[in-house]
Amino acid sequence: MKKSVLFGLVTAAIFSSNVQADTLDDVKKAGMLKCGVSTGLAGFSQKDEKGNWSGLDVDVCRSVAAAVLGDASKVSYKPLTAKERFTALQSGEIDILSRNTTWTATRDTSLGLNFAGVVYYDGAGFMVNKKLGVDSALKLDGAAACIQAGTSTELAIADYFRENNMKYKVVTFETSDQTRSGFESGRCDFLVSDQSQLYSLRIGLKDPDGAVVLPEVISKEPLGPVVRQGDDKWFNIVKWSLNAMIEGEFQGVTSANADEMAKSGKPGQKRLLGAEGDLGEKLGLSADWAHQIIKQVGNYSESFERNVGMDSALKISRGLNAQWNKGGILYSPAMR
Amino acid sequence: MQTNKSKNSSATPKAAFYNRAEVRSVVFQAIVFLGLAYFFYTIYNNTLTNMEARGIRTGFGFMSQPAGFDILLSLIPFEATDSYGRTFFVGLLNTLLVSAISIVFATLLGFLVGVSRLSSNWLVSKVATVFVETFRNIPLLLQIFFWYFAVLATLPGVRDSISLADSIFVNVRGLSVPKIVWSDGASIVFYALIAAIAGAFFLSRWARKRQESTGQPFPTLWANLGLIIGLPFIAFLLMGLPASIEVPKLEGFGFKGGMTLIPELVALTVALSVYTAAFIAEAVRAGVQSVSHGQVEAAAALGLPSAKVLRFVTIPQALRVIVPPLNSQYQNLIKNSSLAMAIGYPDLVAVFMGSTLNQVGQAVEIVFMTMMVYLIINLTLSMFMNWYNARIKLVER
Repeated sequence: MKKSVLFGLVTAAIFSSNVQADTLDDVKKAGMLKCGVSTGLAGFSQKDEKGNWSGLDVDVCRSVAAAVLGDASKVSYKPLTAKERFTALQSGEIDILSRNTTWTATRDTSLGLNFAGVVYYDGAGFMVNKKLGVDSALKLDGAAACIQAGTSTELAIADYFRENNMKYKVVTFETSDQTRSGFESGRCDFLVSDQSQLYSLRIGLKDPDGAVVLPEVISKEPLGPVVRQGDDKWFNIVKWSLNAMIEGEFQGVTSANADEMAKSGKPGQKRLLGAEGDLGEKLGLSADWAHQIIKQVGNYSESFERNVGMDSALKISRGLNAQWNKGGILYSPAMR
Repeated sequence: MQTNKSKNSSATPKAAFYNRAEVRSVVFQAIVFLGLAYFFYTIYNNTLTNMEARGIRTGFGFMSQPAGFDILLSLIPFEATDSYGRTFFVGLLNTLLVSAISIVFATLLGFLVGVSRLSSNWLVSKVATVFVETFRNIPLLLQIFFWYFAVLATLPGVRDSISLADSIFVNVRGLSVPKIVWSDGASIVFYALIAAIAGAFFLSRWARKRQESTGQPFPTLWANLGLIIGLPFIAFLLMGLPASIEVPKLEGFGFKGGMTLIPELVALTVALSVYTAAFIAEAVRAGVQSVSHGQVEAAAALGLPSAKVLRFVTIPQALRVIVPPLNSQYQNLIKNSSLAMAIGYPDLVAVFMGSTLNQVGQAVEIVFMTMMVYLIINLTLSMFMNWYNARIKLVER
């Protein structure tokens, strides 16, 4: 933590020329995308025994690497705690932050950062010990909460209890693992976090069936990738790499049929895959940038199901994160 | 001045203006100072310019904004609607609290272990050796985790609390004890306590003077204890018992009423005290061993009992060796208290450089303030210890 903050201070202090940085050039020169992820959160960014990262947030990094470098594996991952993440991005330690980060107005306007879209529509929720017999968050008056420091959830829960004239005690831990240990030991009655994280924390418990996730969602937590402000070219690339995955699902292009669709697909599919039009050139990328994303990483649906959906241990349903024409609010602006 | 100068110039050949020692020393120091000032100004200016260019907010305006989050433990009233500035003081006080308690315990335990290591009792000295070698060779963070996640977390849940006389409860959420609620007239008791402490101070001075002039000892410790406990107690009785006791009760999710000692504070205090005590014990051992054995033998030959030899001969001389390293250990302890956030104790680093920093995002200002706080606390402590060291050092006559 201190290392990162200090590094940021020193960098901010010494380098005066880095303001109009061209991240695209830097990434191409290095041949590697530096991506900030979480220290380990099932479904979003986690490392397996062999040191390979996977997850929904990781797939955003991989898709940007596929678009820019033509190879989704050319990513160097930097695990960050909630507290370190913005400083790491501000100071140029990473090129893109993809770490279940909530898009808030304050963060967007005062940190010198830009949110490049939403990869997962989330909301803060509660996980309680089943033994307490609590079925609604409104019955938690006087209870103790475990929470992770430096998250927007810290604010959401304070608001919620104030609104409902309830009192609570809060124990704030640094990492989500410590938060879970606190909950497991009985230090607190419930754990507050984004709903998606609750599911992944729950399957990590010694006794997952001993805990229940309450139905209440108390805040809006749209999670998305973040880039530095002032580099619009890079901002566009990250934004449209994410959109390419979403549009890929909408157009029915998958990693399996991308090659074929590029040759014989409908005009929309061909345009997305770079067989028609010059979207890649306009972004400063090769023509087949989105083709590489979908071929190597997959479309949004493939990534979602593989990491957090029905093909994963988390079994989260699409809900809000379904396409707009299928009951969700996922919507890519027009790819033309 | 004028006459002085003319005298000098008549005595020695006049050197060139720029070669005069007094001019040189001033000029070169001024140049170095200006260079340094320019260097720091450049860093400051560069930082501000860069942050502005990157669209990062700067300044201390955030301090008056409402914080919006809650804190586990606060010595001053705090609510989520209070300002970020107040979170700074909440964190600062929590840091001072855990540091002060730990310093007291570390010192007591350190002295005990240090003296035990020199004991002629084989078992006592070996236990002390094992204590020192174990606790100073394991990283502090691991020890904090051990006390918190391995020891305190195994306590029973709230509903299965271990209870003592139905008024003291121990569980995984901490130790709940009855609280004394003061009513009208309690201030007199408080004033009586202050008067007793002042009285004890003057009594000790008088007793010391008397002993120095007449050689007659006075039972200062017992007299003072009686004064400090007795006087407020008499006032308490005279005022008609202006207090009641509030016993903690299990209500809903936890204990209401009474006072609760949170496990985060306990784990951190234990870890810091034990870890630092291991180092203090070594300093104490070095101090005691530095007193030449002849001194102890001489005192014994005069017929002083061994407790008095320790108190009047060994310890005063050992302190001269013990105090300087003690100062460093205290400072280390204060800085180490910033590991608090690993177990959720809301110290300055956890609250201000943690939650506040993350909500506000102004790392430069907040990290700077936090560093300054540790610097100021430690410099103040250092000043006090240096004063104390000067007081106890060998007085040469």
